[in-house]
Amino acid sequence: MIPLNLRYSRDHEWLTDDEVATVGITAFAADALGDVVFVDLPEPGTITTAGAVCGEIESTKSVSEVYAPADGEIVEINQALTDDPGLINSDPYGAGWLYRVRVTRTPEVLDAAAYAALISPES
Amino acid sequence: MPLRYGSDIAEHHAVRTGAGLFDLSHMGRIEVTGPNAAEFLDYALVGRPSRIVPGRARYTMLCHTTGGVLDDLVVYRLTEQRFLVVANAANAMVVRAMLGEHSNGYAVTITDAGGSLIAVQGPRAAAILGDGDDLPYYGIRAARVAGADVLLARTGYTGEDGFEIYSADADAATIWSALAGAGATPAGLACRDTLRLEAGMPLYGQELTVRTTPFHAGLGRVVALDKADFVGADALRRVAAEGTATVLTGLITNGRRAPRRGHPVLDPVSGERLGEVTSGAPSPTLGHPIAMAYVPPVFAKPGTRLVVDVRGTHEDAEVVALPFYRRSPQ
Repeated sequence: MIPLNLRYSRDHEWLTDDEVATVGITAFAADALGDVVFVDLPEPGTITTAGAVCGEIESTKSVSEVYAPADGEIVEINQALTDDPGLINSDPYGAGWLYRVRVTRTPEVLDAAAYAALISPES
Repeated sequence: MPLRYGSDIAEHHAVRTGAGLFDLSHMGRIEVTGPNAAEFLDYALVGRPSRIVPGRARYTMLCHTTGGVLDDLVVYRLTEQRFLVVANAANAMVVRAMLGEHSNGYAVTITDAGGSLIAVQGPRAAAILGDGDDLPYYGIRAARVAGADVLLARTGYTGEDGFEIYSADADAATIWSALAGAGATPAGLACRDTLRLEAGMPLYGQELTVRTTPFHAGLGRVVALDKADFVGADALRRVAAEGTATVLTGLITNGRRAPRRGHPVLDPVSGERLGEVTSGAPSPTLGHPIAMAYVPPVFAKPGTRLVVDVRGTHEDAEVVALPFYRRSPQ
């Protein structure tokens, strides 16, 4: 299920609609990656640019880059992922969040319906 | 075969501690029959299938005349004059074509064998099958599984005990359901790759290519150099005598980011590029990254310190003997 209260990027990140937004990857992306074993995220204070790479997620099978969904400054990263990166698989919209960012600009984001259409097999 | 049915790490552990169920029906199966079948395969392949007794199998390779590997194969001798050659899916057409090309002058018939292939792998495989305890490793015989007539082989690609079941397509779903119902965990391609990597088994397209010979991959033992003549003999005899510029080695690292295919392997002193990683992953069983890489023999001794350039980060690596994982004796 794609949560209706979140916003989505075309790179399969989600973010909350807050001044300090919480960012994660979607269940669709987590399923495609497989079991996550390591997450590399930017330090607090790092400035992110929407669409630019800001980290990486490693699964047993592959490594994928994390793209920032918004411009802003990282204020917090999810420390729980250090010990249990599998939270990204088990709870991608909850305990598996990646980081919090003080948003200065959000370019194009999708609502849940538009994201659902993006990942539907027909698209 | 999907990458995973659920969690690839859970599927990996299921094979190491219980049993996993793999649908390998994509693999290539070629039957070679006829009065000259054994003699022909001795010529076409690097091993000596004529020495396999009926009911047994051998791991072997098909090489180019240059000595480069075209595929690695398992050859089963079903009867005196009937062999089953199992090839990687992507290479099945090449193997079929090359066998045909080499068969001039031999009284053999080469046909694509149809059917399905299901593997049950892991320490509980025999218990789940309720059969096969009597079969030696790399043995094959007729059996009945879930009421279907099959060929049951004690072979696999996981580093565990296990079986491969050759059946008619019509029986495959019944066999799958019966084994899953008896407790085998459906397992996908992602864990198949980490399982074979832990077991130090090469994968065609990564460790083995037409640019590598069996000697590069540390598999010179599969080449029967004393045969009178065989495809690739001149080149392989030369490589055996002269040695190779690079050899396949095992690497372990302590970082959390695993070396991956294509990552450069460097001399930690000079920074010189020595070779590159062919496969790498975080090992679910061992808990740290493992990788295979081609490096010059002088850098391939266990204990040697090397560096892998993991997407710009230099990770310290240590050469270890393959395999990374060996199952405990039963």
